[in-house]
Amino acid sequence: MNSFLRHLSATQQVGALFIVMFGLLAGVSIWTFLRSLRLPLNHALDDPRALEERRFHSLLKASWVMAVVFWIGWVLGSGVSTTLFGLLAFFALREFITLSPTRRGDHRSLVLVFFVVLPVQFWLVASRHFDLFTVFIPVYVFLALPVVSALADDPQRFLERNAKLQWGIMVCIYGLSHVPALMLLDFPQSPDYRDKGAFLVFFLVFVVQTSVMVQHLAGWRFPRRPFAPHVSQSFHWTAWGVGIATAGLAGALLSFITPFKPGQALALALIACIAGSMGHLVMKALKRDRGVTSWGLHGMSSTGAGGLLDRIDSLCFAAPIFFHAVRWYFDL
Amino acid sequence: MLAKLIAFLLLGLVRLLTGAQARWYGCPPKAEQRIYFANHQSHADLVMIWAALPQELRSITRPVAAKDYWTKTRFRRWITTAVFNAVYVDRSGSKPVAGEATEPADPLQPLEEALERGDSIIIFPEGTRGAGDEPQPFKSGLYTLAQRFPHVVLVPAWIHNIQRVMPKGEVVPVPILCSVTFGAPLQVEAGEERRPFLDRARAAVMALRDI
Repeated sequence: MNSFLRHLSATQQVGALFIVMFGLLAGVSIWTFLRSLRLPLNHALDDPRALEERRFHSLLKASWVMAVVFWIGWVLGSGVSTTLFGLLAFFALREFITLSPTRRGDHRSLVLVFFVVLPVQFWLVASRHFDLFTVFIPVYVFLALPVVSALADDPQRFLERNAKLQWGIMVCIYGLSHVPALMLLDFPQSPDYRDKGAFLVFFLVFVVQTSVMVQHLAGWRFPRRPFAPHVSQSFHWTAWGVGIATAGLAGALLSFITPFKPGQALALALIACIAGSMGHLVMKALKRDRGVTSWGLHGMSSTGAGGLLDRIDSLCFAAPIFFHAVRWYFDL
Repeated sequence: MLAKLIAFLLLGLVRLLTGAQARWYGCPPKAEQRIYFANHQSHADLVMIWAALPQELRSITRPVAAKDYWTKTRFRRWITTAVFNAVYVDRSGSKPVAGEATEPADPLQPLEEALERGDSIIIFPEGTRGAGDEPQPFKSGLYTLAQRFPHVVLVPAWIHNIQRVMPKGEVVPVPILCSVTFGAPLQVEAGEERRPFLDRARAAVMALRDI
């Protein structure tokens, strides 16, 4: 079996990976469906078990959508994948900015961010200028954007407005741009790993999604008092620990598709999941500050839909750290 | 054919930039004869409501367009007629020159013609784009139309966030999520005077802001 897999070409290996992933997702969906059959048919609107089932269901749906989108991106090549992530960053930033207090004077800065900074960042990814792409936003954009804002001649709440815009750029554009960058990373040490960047992306997303889902499930199984109830009603260290440990294990088991040894894969998976889950907590705090429960407009979370940014915020935090850890450790 | 293509592209662009979400809070999207009245903050208001309506309602609903702005260039005139099927309204309120025997132009006449034909219309009772947080006092056109066409359903609407997409004086729009909230229909009460009705209508529109 092992030798058969190794003799497949890179494309066929990635294809096999997608088959396994879709199979897994289908298995989890069937299990969830069978579980939901045990719930009474007519239940109260705010029945807690039903609510949890709905939330998990929407998590699963999001995972399906992600899987299909990645598959389409992979089939159509790295240019399309990068453009796809660029679009994702566009929609996520749109949600973030909607809930930030922008004024008339911010208009030019916002136009620059959406129509110059975002395309430039993703173009830097596509053309593999990894050194420049790492510093473009944290150094150049961070210092240049307030200049544009200052020239717009509006000092009211200047720091607050610019800080919120910088946050949005960091999380939505900078964070997400590291996912296609992973795909384009070149590993000269392991010559049989070229063109298999899709595996690294899959590794990252799978590990982060696993930690989120397991943390959710562990939260049901082991109910405890929340650690920071004003920020999150469901976060406590036990569920977090279980989620991280499980995802780390999953990462170690998946090490065969990456150029890492199992120990390295475990460490990297742990780093990615810690970054992702802590980032999710930070985004929850940001939402609470705005008084909303979801980045989607008008609290769409009441229908279970939620916004795009709610679903990918862990990825936005995990991707840069994972990318840089990989690059630094392997000296790329 | 070109108009249909442009409509399709414009719809896609508006959805990409703003999401154009419609929230039917007080009434369902029914294909009856209605007058939608909304707050007015940007030239894009007309496009926003148009994009938020479902396809069946879009084809029977005609937005109002200020004649002086939207007929200035050939392109603007074409786009408001062919794509939006708008009703032009003369905002200047011209008075007849002394000595001439002509009637003063009734600014509501094109709207009344449209309503007689059975179309639904979208109007902005403020008359002009507002700049503040609250809508300006409503002009009397809504009351006059409601009196002359008592069977038409009056639906208030609040357009949210549109002034952030393209403020007055800017050319490039910024992507921000916008929504249109449609409220419960209003009716002129028996014996209600013009100013109380218009204030009530304005309060109904403002109430939709907080939903």
